[in-house]
Amino acid sequence: MVENRPIVTIISHALIWLGILIVAFPIYVTFIASTHSLSDVVAAPMPLLPGDLFWENYGTALSAGSGAVSGGTPVWFMMWNSLVMALAIAIGKIFISILSAFAIVYFRFRFRMVFFWMIFLTLMLPVEVRILPTFEVVANLGLLDTYAGLTIPLIASATATFLFRQFFMTIPDELAEAARMDGAGPMRFFKDIVLPLSMTNIAALFVILFIFGWNQYLWPLLITDNLQTIVIGIYSMLNVGDNEAEWNIIMATTMLAMIPPVLVVVFMQRWFVKGLVESEK
Amino acid sequence: MNKRVTFDNRVLPYLLVTPQIVITVVFFLWPAGQAVWQSLLRQNPFGTSVRFVWFQNFEKLIGDEIYYDAILVTFEFGLLVAFASMAIALFLAVMADRVIKAATAYKTLLIWPYAVAPAVAGVLWLFMFAPTVGIVAYALDSFGYLWNFRVNGGEAMALVVFAATWKQISYNFLFFLAGLQSIPRSLIEAAAIDGAGPTRRFWTIVFPLLSPTTFFLLVVNIVYAFFDTFGIIHAVTAGGPYNATTTMVYKVFNDGFIGQDLGSSAAQSVVLMVIVVTLTVVQFRFIERRVHY
Repeated sequence: MVENRPIVTIISHALIWLGILIVAFPIYVTFIASTHSLSDVVAAPMPLLPGDLFWENYGTALSAGSGAVSGGTPVWFMMWNSLVMALAIAIGKIFISILSAFAIVYFRFRFRMVFFWMIFLTLMLPVEVRILPTFEVVANLGLLDTYAGLTIPLIASATATFLFRQFFMTIPDELAEAARMDGAGPMRFFKDIVLPLSMTNIAALFVILFIFGWNQYLWPLLITDNLQTIVIGIYSMLNVGDNEAEWNIIMATTMLAMIPPVLVVVFMQRWFVKGLVESEK
Repeated sequence: MNKRVTFDNRVLPYLLVTPQIVITVVFFLWPAGQAVWQSLLRQNPFGTSVRFVWFQNFEKLIGDEIYYDAILVTFEFGLLVAFASMAIALFLAVMADRVIKAATAYKTLLIWPYAVAPAVAGVLWLFMFAPTVGIVAYALDSFGYLWNFRVNGGEAMALVVFAATWKQISYNFLFFLAGLQSIPRSLIEAAAIDGAGPTRRFWTIVFPLLSPTTFFLLVVNIVYAFFDTFGIIHAVTAGGPYNATTTMVYKVFNDGFIGQDLGSSAAQSVVLMVIVVTLTVVQFRFIERRVHY
């Protein structure tokens, strides 16, 4: 800053660290709880240092799930379902959006603007506002409790289409001209020029959409039964009626539910920030 | 929005837009239309007879005190979350902006909660505040405060606000930090030479210059609090106790899937659609014009 007062700098650092610690505290408590036995966790006050049941609790969660849930689903399977859902949504959205954006930017055809506005409308129709009818459509198509039903309804995305459209508009016309002169058709131009140029945008979108997909809640809650995702799995472990919630296993599952998206954000931070900023424009 | 150079093909463009348009029509436009249509119908509880009732479902909503409460709860929740998460994020961003060398490292340490699912964020806080089990609930107990969010509506609201705020700080922090770093240093130096201290400089220069970012974040945060926090409320309080945390989105879900009151649920969906459209228009109209980077 402007003044060079070391004391102010030290206070700034200290306050940020305080903020970081407060933000991280819930995770610390969760991690500690996931390494103890159930009786230790529920005996208030719970211990504040790691216990020695780390491997046991995580092993139980991954291989068997919570015993308090009748026919508990193993967490590895929930994680697999979440991974399928996150990847299908991220890849599917990017795939259909880049194609339609390419069509809208590089062709003149009838109803082009009609299509554009139809896609724009989806921005205003989050699943939360059309819960029941969408559920009915999926039920009528016989897609309840399938991967297709879990992912396809969430794949349409105005944001991704806009982002690609915006980016295509910045590709110099000379490139398309040159490609045409060399006799390349539109798909050849798409594959050899547009797609390679779009790679950073695709990476940025992928990070955002992977997190979006992994963290879905309402939709899997409605339509899955056996194909529970890990976020929904945690909910059913908590809601065990008269049984005692197995907090240590739940907390281990919670850690497992957070690790993949958090790793994606931390290790792909550059693309994450880019994706976040661009998708809000 | 038109390219000078385009390709000619009669069929290809239609093929390219087909996947997206099909999904949009089948899973977005058709269900949205259904919601509007169903909001004009009334079914008996067994689903055996359906009557067309014009706007009766909406008229019932207007007179419904429970729905009125849900609107109040939604706005209370939305404003609390938006204000708290933006205030904390702005504070941290200002601190991080002062220590520019370490700002990147701090960014990494603060952005990860964005990746945590809302429902999971809810469970983290639920665990700390669970009566008899939770560590914070225990601490409050030992200070003589009997915490039980399962019976106290205010406490339930506080808990979901904590969880929703916690998750949103990282997003706001990122945008505030970017906004702060784009403010020209020369302005701040000039003010400093004129003798303005850090606090004065913040309120007279930095904060006004941040207003596009602040306004943008306000809209985004309200949308987040209205729609994306369903998981928190469903997992932590299930709308209770006594509807104290029943937001409009939660009520659509509850009336439709649990209460089986399809007409009313659809009418509420339509109200939500109107809100989303309004917020989207606000976002596009005002933000496009006011944000200059």
